Amino acid sequence: MKAAPFEYCRAGDVDEACAMLAADDGARVIAGGQTLVPMMVMRLARPTRLIDINRIAALAYIRSEGDSVAIGATTRQCVIERDALVAAKVPLLARAMPNIGHAATRARGTIGGSLANADPAAEISLVALTLDATLSYRAGGKTAEIAARDFHVGPMTTSLPDGACLTAVRFPVWQGKVGSGFHEVNARSSDFAFVSAAAQVELAGGRCKRIAIGVGAATDHPVRLDSAERQLTGGALEPKAVRAAIEQALADIEALDDLHATASYRRRVAAVLAARAVDDALARAQGKNPHAH
Amino acid sequence: MRIELTVNGVLHELDVEPRATLLDCLRDVLGLKGAHAGCEHGVCGACTVLFDGAAVRSCLMFAAQAAGSAITTIEGVTPAPGELSPIQDAFCETHGMQCGYCTPGMILAAHALLADNPEPTRDDIVEAISGNLCRCTGYAQIVEAISLAAERMRGVNRPRSLTK
Repeated sequence: MKAAPFEYCRAGDVDEACAMLAADDGARVIAGGQTLVPMMVMRLARPTRLIDINRIAALAYIRSEGDSVAIGATTRQCVIERDALVAAKVPLLARAMPNIGHAATRARGTIGGSLANADPAAEISLVALTLDATLSYRAGGKTAEIAARDFHVGPMTTSLPDGACLTAVRFPVWQGKVGSGFHEVNARSSDFAFVSAAAQVELAGGRCKRIAIGVGAATDHPVRLDSAERQLTGGALEPKAVRAAIEQALADIEALDDLHATASYRRRVAAVLAARAVDDALARAQGKNPHAH
Repeated sequence: MRIELTVNGVLHELDVEPRATLLDCLRDVLGLKGAHAGCEHGVCGACTVLFDGAAVRSCLMFAAQAAGSAITTIEGVTPAPGELSPIQDAFCETHGMQCGYCTPGMILAAHALLADNPEPTRDDIVEAISGNLCRCTGYAQIVEAISLAAERMRGVNRPRSLTK
């Protein structure tokens, strides 16, 4: 279990990282390395050069930017997990964080690394999609943006251009009576999810003003349940209606089928978890604790 | 490549290949065999060390990345040669080990937990060691050990009349 030989270099800033990427086709950026290093030691990845961006101080931050919370690409998952601004303004992200890997991998793993790695089961990718986050990157001396909806295109595959370095992700903050819910099923606590679901709800006058529902790990990249969102907006989010809308939205998905779970299991569990996530989001938007006994 | 690394309070200047993990460096260059090479791809937790105070998997970072950092291995948690840390002592007392392979990782995960949270609930303890696999104990005595260590470490400066 040893990685193949490679050159190691440390980038002083993002443009230097981009220049290093452009100079070597086999080069890869390393951030937390919690997926890349296992891939390398199993020889599933053989980069010729690792460009370490961990020490670029300008990439590690959490701050309010207008109506959003912006998080720098190398911000550690353990920092986001405990951040007061994230908990207050992007509660869905805060709720998802403890489900990512283990404490020891969250101590190194970064938000940008998880997004760029694009594992179908990645919780951060699911939250970014559900909240319509915007991803920023640098390439060729220019900054550009991609909507989360356009970023994940397949398993471990993103639309990030060659030679680009992800720099930040911006989560829109929902105002008003907002609640969120997150659920996942896995074999062991904190292991890869077989299915995950995220939802956020905004209420106005007791009715659903806005709703976002996403499902992860069930398909080769996280998906939004657009048709369910359209059906449920304006309604009272009555549990039966929620379940029916979600089941209908999931009827056509191409669920993954592997040794962990069958496609039909994933489709059924996705419906249950998404409905629970919406129920929790609704309860929290109403100021209730959905899990109080 | 040449790196500087502070391990258990001692500054070392080392020559490492870029592909050497921090674990390889600790074991093979510095001879610190307490960090165990189990799965070597981030699953088992046997290689856990403290990296600037946080519990991390030393198999999941390259030594070159750790340059300039402070590492604590199991060899570095004892107050003096021949002594045990309160956490190590609690593991002995509750029989929180059998073969001992996972033990250094468990103890360092417990160190990181208790440094941050001196009064952990059972759930906090279970969560803190959720990334460390043990094939012998069934975890119950490990959880008991960490709970006992926490209780003792909280009581360390309290007068005896106030301790249970």
